[in-house]
Amino acid sequence: MSDAAHAHDDHGHGHPSGVMRWLTTTNHKDIGTLYLFFALIMLFVAGSMALLIRAELFQPGLQLTNPDFFNQLTTMHGLIMIFGVIMPAFSGFANWQVPLMLGAPDMAFPRMNNWAFWVLPVAGLLLMGSFWLPGGAVAGGWTMYPPLFIQGGISYDLTILAVHIMGLSSIMGSINIVTTILNMRAPGLTLMKMPLFCWTWLITAYLLIATMPVLAGAVTMLLTDRNFGTHFFNAAGGGDPVMFQHIFWFFAHPEVYILILPAFGIVSQVIPTFARKPLFGYASMVYATASIAILSFIVWAHHMFTVGMPAAAQLFFMFSTMLIAVPTGVKVFNWVATMWKGSMTFETPMLFAIAFVCLFTIGGFSGLVLAIAPVDIQLHDTYYVVAHFHYVLVSGALFSIFAGIYYWLPKWTGHMYDETLGKWHFWLSVIGMNIVFFPMHFLGLAGMPRRIPDYALQFTEFNQIATVGAFIFGFSQLIFLIVVLKTIKGGAKATDRVWEGAEGLEWTLPSPAPYHTFETAPVVK
Amino acid sequence: MAVGNAKTLAKLVVVTLGMFGFGFALVPFYYKICEVTGINSGAEQSLVKNTQIDSSRWVTLEFDANTNEALPWRFKPLQRSLKVHPGQLIQVEYEVSNISDQPIVGQAVPSYGPARAAEFFRKIECFCFTPQTLAAGETRRMPVLFVLDPEMDKEVHTVTLSYTFFDIGTKVQTGSGRSLPHG
Repeated sequence: MSDAAHAHDDHGHGHPSGVMRWLTTTNHKDIGTLYLFFALIMLFVAGSMALLIRAELFQPGLQLTNPDFFNQLTTMHGLIMIFGVIMPAFSGFANWQVPLMLGAPDMAFPRMNNWAFWVLPVAGLLLMGSFWLPGGAVAGGWTMYPPLFIQGGISYDLTILAVHIMGLSSIMGSINIVTTILNMRAPGLTLMKMPLFCWTWLITAYLLIATMPVLAGAVTMLLTDRNFGTHFFNAAGGGDPVMFQHIFWFFAHPEVYILILPAFGIVSQVIPTFARKPLFGYASMVYATASIAILSFIVWAHHMFTVGMPAAAQLFFMFSTMLIAVPTGVKVFNWVATMWKGSMTFETPMLFAIAFVCLFTIGGFSGLVLAIAPVDIQLHDTYYVVAHFHYVLVSGALFSIFAGIYYWLPKWTGHMYDETLGKWHFWLSVIGMNIVFFPMHFLGLAGMPRRIPDYALQFTEFNQIATVGAFIFGFSQLIFLIVVLKTIKGGAKATDRVWEGAEGLEWTLPSPAPYHTFETAPVVK
Repeated sequence: MAVGNAKTLAKLVVVTLGMFGFGFALVPFYYKICEVTGINSGAEQSLVKNTQIDSSRWVTLEFDANTNEALPWRFKPLQRSLKVHPGQLIQVEYEVSNISDQPIVGQAVPSYGPARAAEFFRKIECFCFTPQTLAAGETRRMPVLFVLDPEMDKEVHTVTLSYTFFDIGTKVQTGSGRSLPHG
């Protein structure tokens, strides 16, 4: 971004230019930019898959895909959106913002930071390349359940390796973030004075360090079951496929908070800025984030109520899951209380943040419905679940990413984005998103199963509504692409503070933020 | 600062490796939990548990074997007595030998003491169902598979099962097994 602005610095320090600059860079801003562009490209890749899925589901029967290719699409859409879009985008924010917010010159381990990013495209190639291999890409679902996942072809091995690589990338990134936050804060910036974005990322990074290795272990067991004759999950050899679900969800429930805690952080930066009030209940926000993270380790089996477990276990997982609604409720209350009697203005970042608060809460409530074990047994693997997790991941995680991009893009590029186009992007996204996913609640309640390319005739109308919404939502993301590219190229000059109500160290820097910042640490009183 | 970072890095790498190991440690942990709590033990599921056994009382079974004096066979039970619960599936064995020098066809006829126990003695498989042909000098072990009906009178504490083998000569009665389903 803003190459002209850096050009002087680059030559001054004898840095390589062109492709080599990006391949060898150890600058946290460059790496943040790389992460964000990677996520942007992958958003369009995995989004196109979603549009193919929705096009197929426009009518009952098979029109565009065969069932096997449809399963490949749902699997790859899930894997790429999680590991290729949401997680890299949050890593991009962390790389750009954590050093700027802490007054640190860079991340703690710049060379490792470079590696953490550059292994990601390799994983992306392994995943995407498998579409052209015999048998096609993985079709066993993003959850990788055996026995299906120990029976597939070569692409299943490649996917397992890709998951290993993406896990390694996240672990390296997380170690960097934890070390930076713990050791490199500006003098006077105590932990409890840190911007909430840093807090949520610190806790997220700990979650990643604790759970990604467990996923690595689980997929390693899949790999040895497939290729080296072990029987961890192969029932024919005395293994237990249900055990995979337990190990997987021990990772993957914390993972869903990994996908949402940084979103909480971004929204907690944006709302106070545009309400022109400090964040309400800062300390309770920190404790709520930590509580959510700790509780996330003891609720995993609510993803698998239907595998059969004793009533006592069902009750435990049901009530512990519901308990998570308490700290989450504290957060929603605090955001609303921050806006209460604030001098609010509604620029695009604020619109996305408010939509986040409203729509994420809907997703949270449908999650609460699914937490009820007897209800979940009825709704398991229906479109109700699809509606639930898209409300928390699209209008939750993705909308917070949009909010963050609009919020910090002027600081990063030195240019204001086009507010009119931003508002178009927001309104089309928020309307389109609800047209896609709201009818899915009804489809699920009526019993339409997920991951099936065909459906019974009575589901047709709601599916057609969802497909129309999907195309509105999907194509309105092109507006986002245009806004971002236009802002990088030029636009009205952004002031240093950018937003009237913005607080924090990053806003004391010039816009665009120079290539090297805080080489002498600022002092925070 | 750099020393501090290296220390933090070392700690976090240890945590990472520890959690990788923890993923594998979950495997024995999972099986131990299943074993201790008794969930997921497919062989002992309640569906296949025999609920027909009356474990509140014991019945002593005595086994007796005789041959008709005209039959040159030696015949004995391999166990004299057994303590069982009504409803249990029981298998016992008898041994019979032809001590003559020619093949003989014999058939066993059971009797019960007390006689009212007879209708509760449910045989599933018995050598008495069919005629037995023994070659000269042949010895054979033969099973009886049966269930004592839990409906049997509570005051019956001992049941005697007695067989007597008769010579039925060369006349092979294939249908006789059906006429003697409970002896």
